[in-house]
Amino acid sequence: MIEKANLEVFAETLLDLAKKDKEIIVVTSDSRGSGKLTQFGKELPDQIIEVGIAEQNLVGICAGLSAVGKKVFGVSPSSFLTARSLEQIKNDIAYSNHPVTLVGISAGVSYGQLGSTHHSIHDLAVLRTINNINIVVPSDNFETREAIKEAVNYKSPLFIRFGKKPMLKIHDEDDNFKIGKGVKIREGSDVMFITTGETAQRALLAAEILHKKNISCSIINMHTIKPFDNDLFLDCLSKVKAAITVEEHSENGGLGEKCASIISQSNINIAFKILGFPDEYMTNGSQSDVLDHYNMSPKKLAEIAEDILK
Amino acid sequence: MDHKELELKSIEYRKTILDIIYNGGAGHTAGSLSCIDILNVLYNNVLQINPKNFSSTDRNRYVQSKGHTVEALYTVLCDQNFFTREDLDSLNKFNSHFIGHPTRKVPGIEHNTGALGHGLSVAVGMAIGFKLDNKPYKVFTLLGDGELSEGSIWESLLSASKYKLDNLVIIIDRNGLQITGKTEEVNPIEPLLDKFQSFGLCVKQVNGNSVSELDEIFKKIPFENNQPNLIIANTIKGKGISFIENQVVWHHKLPSEEEYNKAIQELNKQLENFE
Ligand SMILES: Cc1ncc(C[n+]2csc(CCOP(=O)(O)OP(=O)(O)O)c2C)c(N)n1
Ligand SMILES: [Mg+2]
Repeated sequence: MIEKANLEVFAETLLDLAKKDKEIIVVTSDSRGSGKLTQFGKELPDQIIEVGIAEQNLVGICAGLSAVGKKVFGVSPSSFLTARSLEQIKNDIAYSNHPVTLVGISAGVSYGQLGSTHHSIHDLAVLRTINNINIVVPSDNFETREAIKEAVNYKSPLFIRFGKKPMLKIHDEDDNFKIGKGVKIREGSDVMFITTGETAQRALLAAEILHKKNISCSIINMHTIKPFDNDLFLDCLSKVKAAITVEEHSENGGLGEKCASIISQSNINIAFKILGFPDEYMTNGSQSDVLDHYNMSPKKLAEIAEDILK
Repeated sequence: MDHKELELKSIEYRKTILDIIYNGGAGHTAGSLSCIDILNVLYNNVLQINPKNFSSTDRNRYVQSKGHTVEALYTVLCDQNFFTREDLDSLNKFNSHFIGHPTRKVPGIEHNTGALGHGLSVAVGMAIGFKLDNKPYKVFTLLGDGELSEGSIWESLLSASKYKLDNLVIIIDRNGLQITGKTEEVNPIEPLLDKFQSFGLCVKQVNGNSVSELDEIFKKIPFENNQPNLIIANTIKGKGISFIENQVVWHHKLPSEEEYNKAIQELNKQLENFE
């Protein structure tokens, strides 16, 4: 079942929470429309700070607000938020240990034909190398809602990123969610897809194709990239013959290389493949065309899974 | 070109902007319409950049810092024969280099922009380079007024003043709007003239939708020796189409079939009434 965009769920959840908690402050950089926060601005004008098109300033102001006791959500397109303001994130948020939640909207290649300036395929890699900031990439509406709820009183700096397209329902409302704990979303014994965030739905569709071919497929969604749930990952890895990571991110420095690093340091020998965007001048097209082009269509994922098992 | 010819071009360009956005399924409609008269005058009367001299380093430069209104830039570059209209019709199609922001994969484009607040620093670098080599070329750059909130703009202005870049021409598309609403409500930037003057620039104001005023002001460059030139071009966002003018929603809105037809009708009327 197709639900809402995670972006919409984020905005609704934050509005609900902020109505009950006056300490919640949202900071935007001409991004309230893109962040679906127009309603928030109307209902809670005293809980939104607008800094204009100035992402570095936005992150610094978030740090200051947090320092005086506010529960702060800085919301801006992931690309600008994490590339332009990287030093503010590193020094003013992470190093200074202000538990701000930075929300990267329209992440990955959500902006489609707007091109590389707007794509955010570096964000997980760069933030993985910053000490003291955790990273969450929710897959569906449920994970987004739970991540935002947990973020309000989270005790350390946090980065959450998602896209703006409607998402497949993956979880039931009574499922468990905790930042730092990966989730098994499908059991299987032949091949495992490891996803983070919105690529989970592509893996689910691929698993159905494989099922028809009698290939048993498991899927784990590592919605938390940092701290990474090594235990769940290794446990699930031990039950399959091959593993494939799928991320809407550069192949460099993201989910795939995190998994590769764990595998190689645990002396495990398993067929393993990383899918993401290669280091090249990227093809232009819509989000789904770009993902398909780089081997992440459900059909292609199923083919790659079949191949790797051979 | 004389002013009459330029005015005619502006109407035709507006039609092209609407066509390519409508066919391409996305685009920054209002901001392209606000700056098209500026690009018209620059490319037809000022820059002397063309497909023949483009590969040479010895020529003027134009960097569009407000990259999102690339449809205006594509329109003038197409008219200067950097590529064909057929090429341009691939806008936003899978694998096309014609995307929603300037990229150097497209002939005639000087610099990749799209993240706001970058173009001015690059233009300053180019202008310093020409000074170092004692070359007579000028560097033009177009900024949005919302874009002025980026701190990097003000960093580059300091450098422009320090290096006395009278070969640098900064044009502000002062249409008063950004995505969220009015610039003066989102993040007030006035008094703009005083701010720029205090940074050491020589500032002029024009009606940025008047090709004749623009043409005259460009003839006066350099305004002063040893001072960077800055033009506040007062424009109307969405200029030329009644129901798009000054409407915040049109920042990145795609016209419906009805809206598209209505807009083209208005522009055709302007062509009919043109003497
Ligand atoms: C660094 C950066 N932040 C945010 C954006 C998203 N964005 C695109 S256009 C725009 C508004 C621009 O307003 P303005 O500069 O006034 O341009 P214009 O009115 O001429 O369209 C914003 C915020 C961006 N492209 N780059
Ligand atoms: Mg503007």
